Parts: sequence; C-alpha cells; structure tokens
Amino acid sequence: MILLVALLIIPAYFTPLWQISLWAPQYPEGLNMKIWIDHLSGNVDQINGVNHYIGMRHIGDEMFPEFSFLIYIIGALIALGIIAFLIGKRWSLYAFFGLMMLFGLAVLADMYQWGYKYGHNLDPKAAIKVEGMSYQPPLIGYKELLNFLAYSGPDTGSWILMGGVGLLIVAIIRDRFDKTVIN
Amino acid sequence: MKKKVWLLAIGLTAVVLAPSCKPKGAQSAISGDAASKVYVAPGDHDEFYNIVSGGFNGQMSVVGLPSGRVLKILPVFSVNPENGWGYSEESKPMLNTSHGFVPWDDLHHIAISTTNAEHDARWAFGNANNTPRIARVDLTTFKTVEIIEIPNSAGNHSSPFITQNTEYVVAGTRFSVPVGDKSDVSIDSYKENFKGYISFIGVEPKTGEMNLSFQIEAPPFNFDLARAGKNKSHGWFFFSTYNTEMAHTLLEVNASQKDKDFIMAINWKKAEEYVKAGKGTKKKANYVHNKWHEETHTATSTMKEDVLVLDPTILKDIVYFIPCPKSPHGTDTDPTGEYIVGSGKLAAVIPVFSFTKMLAAIEKKDFEGDINGMPVLKYESVLHGEVVKPGLGPLHTEFDGKGFAYTSMFVSSEIVKWNIETLEVVDRVPTYYSVGHLSIPGGPTGKPHGKYMVAYNKITKDRYLPTGPELVHSAQLYDISGEKMQLLLDFPTIGEPHYAESFPASLIKDRQVKFYPIEKNMHPYVLKGIKDARVERKGNQIHVYMTSIRSNFRPDNIEGVNVGDEVYFHVTNLEQDWDVPHGFAIKGANTAELLIMPGETATLKWVPDRVGVFPFYCTDFCSALHQEMQGYLRVSPKGVNMPLKFSTGDVE
Repeated sequence: MILLVALLIIPAYFTPLWQISLWAPQYPEGLNMKIWIDHLSGNVDQINGVNHYIGMRHIGDEMFPEFSFLIYIIGALIALGIIAFLIGKRWSLYAFFGLMMLFGLAVLADMYQWGYKYGHNLDPKAAIKVEGMSYQPPLIGYKELLNFLAYSGPDTGSWILMGGVGLLIVAIIRDRFDKTVIN
Repeated sequence: MKKKVWLLAIGLTAVVLAPSCKPKGAQSAISGDAASKVYVAPGDHDEFYNIVSGGFNGQMSVVGLPSGRVLKILPVFSVNPENGWGYSEESKPMLNTSHGFVPWDDLHHIAISTTNAEHDARWAFGNANNTPRIARVDLTTFKTVEIIEIPNSAGNHSSPFITQNTEYVVAGTRFSVPVGDKSDVSIDSYKENFKGYISFIGVEPKTGEMNLSFQIEAPPFNFDLARAGKNKSHGWFFFSTYNTEMAHTLLEVNASQKDKDFIMAINWKKAEEYVKAGKGTKKKANYVHNKWHEETHTATSTMKEDVLVLDPTILKDIVYFIPCPKSPHGTDTDPTGEYIVGSGKLAAVIPVFSFTKMLAAIEKKDFEGDINGMPVLKYESVLHGEVVKPGLGPLHTEFDGKGFAYTSMFVSSEIVKWNIETLEVVDRVPTYYSVGHLSIPGGPTGKPHGKYMVAYNKITKDRYLPTGPELVHSAQLYDISGEKMQLLLDFPTIGEPHYAESFPASLIKDRQVKFYPIEKNMHPYVLKGIKDARVERKGNQIHVYMTSIRSNFRPDNIEGVNVGDEVYFHVTNLEQDWDVPHGFAIKGANTAELLIMPGETATLKWVPDRVGVFPFYCTDFCSALHQEMQGYLRVSPKGVNMPLKFSTGDVE
C-alpha cells in the first residue's frame, strides 16, 4: 500500500497542484491561474493586467523559487516511499505518513506566506489605493477583494496527494486492527 | 321602457359596426403571443445570425433573430471612420480599384457559403453594385478579407450568388457596356457594340480566395438576379434578364414592351470543360484584386491584366434562354433544385419552370428560335405551371423546406405563400410597406430552417417616430412555423437592406476569433513588448513604434517633429484578452481614428500643419484609467533642427 501511495505521488509532475480563480462583473467567465510543480499556467497575463492598477507585483515563474527545488522534494518523497515499502516495518509506515503530513503542512505554510507577501507588498505608486486594503488571496476558499471574488484551493495534483495520505491513514488503521486481532 | 333599451342597443351596435365597414387595415395584423416569441432574455443569445446587406451604405449589418437586435455594422465597400476602415494605412488598399481609391459603394446582396447546398457559414459574400466588385467576409472575425473587381461589367446587380459547394460566385452585369478596344462608341450603336458579361469567380475551397476564372459574353440584355441550380440541377445557373428589347434610353417604357423576357440558363459545368479544353480567349482587362493578410494585419492590392472569355455563339451548348413573362426580377430555385421560379415584376402570374422538363426540351431540341445561335426554349415545354393571381409586382421567392414558397409582392405590399407542387396560394400577409427582398433562415439553400421569415421594406411612412424627410427602412419578422404566417416584430434597419441571409448561430458562435496572438503578428512595425517603443526619422518621415496596453501609450512624450513631416503612428495593441480594443486619435489629423484589436498593429498617418503641442489619446473606454491614457507630441517649425526625443513615465 505504501508503494501505491509512493506511485500516487508521480502524477504530481503532470497535474497542477494549486489553483486561484477570480470572478468580476467584467469577467463572468472567470480568470484562472494554476500552479504546477515547476511553472504557472492559465490567465496569468490577464491577472497581472488587472492587478497592476492596485500595485500588486507581477506574477511570474521567477516569483516562485520553490519551482527550482520542488521537483527534487517530490522525487525524494517518492524515493522514501519506495524505501519505506521495501523496509516494510511499522515504523517506516509511520515515518512516511509523518513525512507526507509535514510536506502538506509545509506547502500550506508556503502558500500562506506567498499570499501574504503578494497581497501586502504593494507598489506605493499604484493608481488605485484603498486605505487599509490588502489583497491577500484566501488560503483555501472564497474571499471578496474589491470587485473580484477570489477562490484559492488545491487542484488535481494536491487532491491525488491527499488521497495518498488518506490511503496511508487506512493503512495505519488496518495495521492497528491487525495488531489487536493478533494480540 | 323595453323599447328604449332596444333602441339603445341598436344604436350602440351601429356605432360599433360603423368603423369596421372600412376594410381591415394593416394595424390589426398583430395577434397572439408575438412578444414572447421574439423576447430574448437579457444575457441570452439569439438563435440565428442574420447578415443583412446595407444597400447604399456599402456595409453589412449583423442582426440577431428573432430579437432583431443589431450586433455589428461591418464595413465592406464604404469607409468606416468608426474603426478606421479605409483610413488606416493598412486598410486603404482594400478599397482600391482600377479607378483608384473608391470610398463608397452600394451593396445589394449577400451569399453565405455552402457545402452540399447547406450553409457552412464560413464566409459571407457581398456585391458592389456601382463600381463592380465582390467582397468576401470571414465569419470568424467578421472582417472583409478580400475584394475582387469585375472587369467588363457595369452595375454588378446579378451578384454575388454562389454554387452549392461555393465553387463559384457569379457577377452578371446589369448594364451592358461596350468593352475593350471598342469602348468609345455611339450610345445608339447599342445593339452592335454593347455586351452583357457574366463572370464566374472561382473560390478556393480551403482558403476562400477568389479568382476570376472566366467570363461569358452574353447578349446586351440587363441581367437582374440569379440563382445556382442545386441538388438535381447542380451544374446549372439561372440568370433573370430584362430589357431584351435592348433599349438604351427611357428603359421604363422601352424595356417593358415585350410580353416575355428570358431566364438565361448556363451550363457552367460545360463551360468549365471548355475552359479546361482551352476554348476560351484571353482578353485584356484591368481590374484589381485586394487581399487582407491576417498575419501582417495589412491589405495588398494587385492589378490584374487579362481575363478568359467564352463565346457562347460558338460554344453552343452552354447558354439557353427560357421565355419568362414581363421583366423578371428574382429567379429562385427550390430546395430540391427541380423548380425554377421566375418573378416577372410586371406579370400577372408567377411561372414555375421544371428543370427536368428543361433538360428534356434541350434533348429534343424543342426550340422556338435562337439569339445569335443560342437556343430559345419553348415556354410551354419548360413550364411546370403558373401561380395564378398571386398579387401585384412579384419580386423574390424563398422556401421553407416543407413544400411551400413565399413570394414578395412589391406593388400590393404583401408576402404570398403558395404550394410548389399544386401552385395554390395558401396564405398572404401584409408588409409595411412595399417589400423588396424576403429572407428565410437557410431559405436559398437545400436545407431551409423554415422557422422565421423577414421582409425588407422600402417604405416606412408612419411606422415609427418620424425623423424628418429621410426615414428609416424597416424589416418585419414573421413566424412561418404554422399554417398561417404570423407577424411577430417590426424593426428599423441600417442603410437600405436588399437581400439578407440567416443561419443558425451554432454554426459559427464557437469559432469566433477573440484576439490575435501577439507572437503571430508579422506586421513590419509590430512591437512584441513595451521595451522597444521608439521613434525613428527617415528623411521627412517619422515612424512612431508605439504600444498600447491598459492604460498607457509608449512613448507618450514625443519631440523633434517638424511641420510638414509625415508622421506614421504604428500602434500595437499588446492586450491578449477578449474585448479590449484600444483607440488612437491625434488632434487635427485629417483622417479617422484607429481602433486596434488586441494583438493587432495599425497605422495612422498624420502631417502636422502647424507648430504646437498636440495631444493624442485612447478613444475606446478601456479601463478605469482610460481617461489617463494620453500623450503629447511637440511640433516645431519647418527647418528647425530639433533632436528626436521620446519617453514614457520618466519624471524629473
């Protein structure tokens, strides 16, 4: 089962991990940005065009230093998962589970600090300045920012990863259950 | 007491009945739930695109049906200051002709491209009546992308009708004229020296590019309208003719003398064979071919020098004449291609001809005579039958695909529905007033949609709020899904609509170009980003390489220009999002603004005539900071050597 989870991490290379969407009266179809393991896609240029009025920084791949090392971290996770499977001991299962949880929390923390910086670090010469207003996107869920409704949340890749963690939990429960039966 | 009540009752009845003694007028025609049938709720889309000729405005209107809402005015043969068509350096060549730049024309008819006699709606063709030309509009961009001039032609009215796979678009001359070396001749030598040329313009099946394939030198009649055969009559083309009297003065009288004129049937497949066999003669003729290039966002105009002419007096089996009563206007073929309807505008009947009978008559050489060796068929041999007492002044016929034909009656101002097989009139509705063309979605094709019918009227008089002597032209929408035609809507139109076609919106709605990818822009003065915005001088020419993006121009401060310099603003709209055009205008320019679509480059030429600082600005409200989208250009006296200076955003 650990092997399955380790293999489940692989699609993270081919699917977006996170998405941010914006709707406004002028954008009934919505603007959508997807964050992948090593790049951005979607309506990034349009979002930049809209955001320059309020002095937000230009979003680009260079804004995410994580893109340069995330692929190695994910690779390491897969490798460790396979090692944990090969060891096949209980502690290896727990250790891998812990590692995955840690990774998930780290991603959330990282997204939060990026969102905070992006939303607060505004150009003092911006054309539109609203007293006390910052534009930090929501970490997960919906938030109204001026004329835009913003949504942020995990995308396909993350859902698969979370499914993986879920499977690990199942593995742990099964392990416990087996233990009680055996004892 | 009782008596009094009776008297009162009789009196009241008389009062009620009195006005109804006058025959029922037009005003009472609306009934039922008409409003709900044309109501397209806010945010919803119309079911059909209706491409409407603009007549003397030289444009096309794009209208939604059933709402009747105008979606776009699409410039074709006339300049359009609103978006710089014919004013920008890039679009000027589109309106070039062998007579030079022509800023206007009279666009009468629309043809929507078809495959297997069904709308594919890739292109819309339109004719220029005055300086003969045919235009092709791309229906993914709603832009005129090609215009070809028609030589040896005058009054390009019998045009731009197409064959069932859009193999050819035709142009029959309304005025016969003397051509070639024999152009300077006495007008009263009409019969000897004038010719009636019919042009077949080939359409490249993939790109749509037009090419004048061949012309047929026909007798000097007036060619009025035309329709291609379809399905079983595919391979033939039918042209209505009048003035077979060959008069050249006071045609009102002199061209209305004969009981019958002709429908000229052309076997174009046969003509094609003769062309392949080298039976045509190359003749000198100057005409231009203008093309819009999407990759450079620029038009080119090329002069052509010869045309291939077929002589039907020698090539005897390509032209046949079918006698048709009294100056036929419309000639229309039904969806099966079997029936050809001739609408003699001065005739008391509508003759319906049978294609099968025509072929049999040709086979049996059942001729009543000939015109310079071209056979004239016997009326009775080709006739399927006549619609008797249809109304007055029949002009045009469309079809619903359910076995019925609808003919517009100009003089009696009505549309008459009749059964094609039995030729019985089954219904009639009034129009307001004097209907010309009528149009059913898919009506001229092999597959009509038959849900609605639109009448295009010449006179409106009291129908709308009056606007002085010049009144709007109008259209009426009818529901034709039932047995009886039902008037739904009456709406004003743009210009003077003649013919129009409609097709389901689903055919092209999802194929619309939203913007031009900037990386594919090959304009010689394009800027792919803001970095290279600059000004260059070449002698007395100043080239401004300018970008526009919400909401600034780069550069927006320019100095070093002298009075009399030719200043070219090459403006690239860097936006890559739908519905974000930018405009450009500068004070005192003797031209129209530019309206630049996202990813496009356009050029405005300006020759400053005085010293000063000239403001320029964006004319299309592009963002909350649109009003800040502006700049200045300084003009110094002639001969003063000011260095070129340009900048954006540098504040000292």
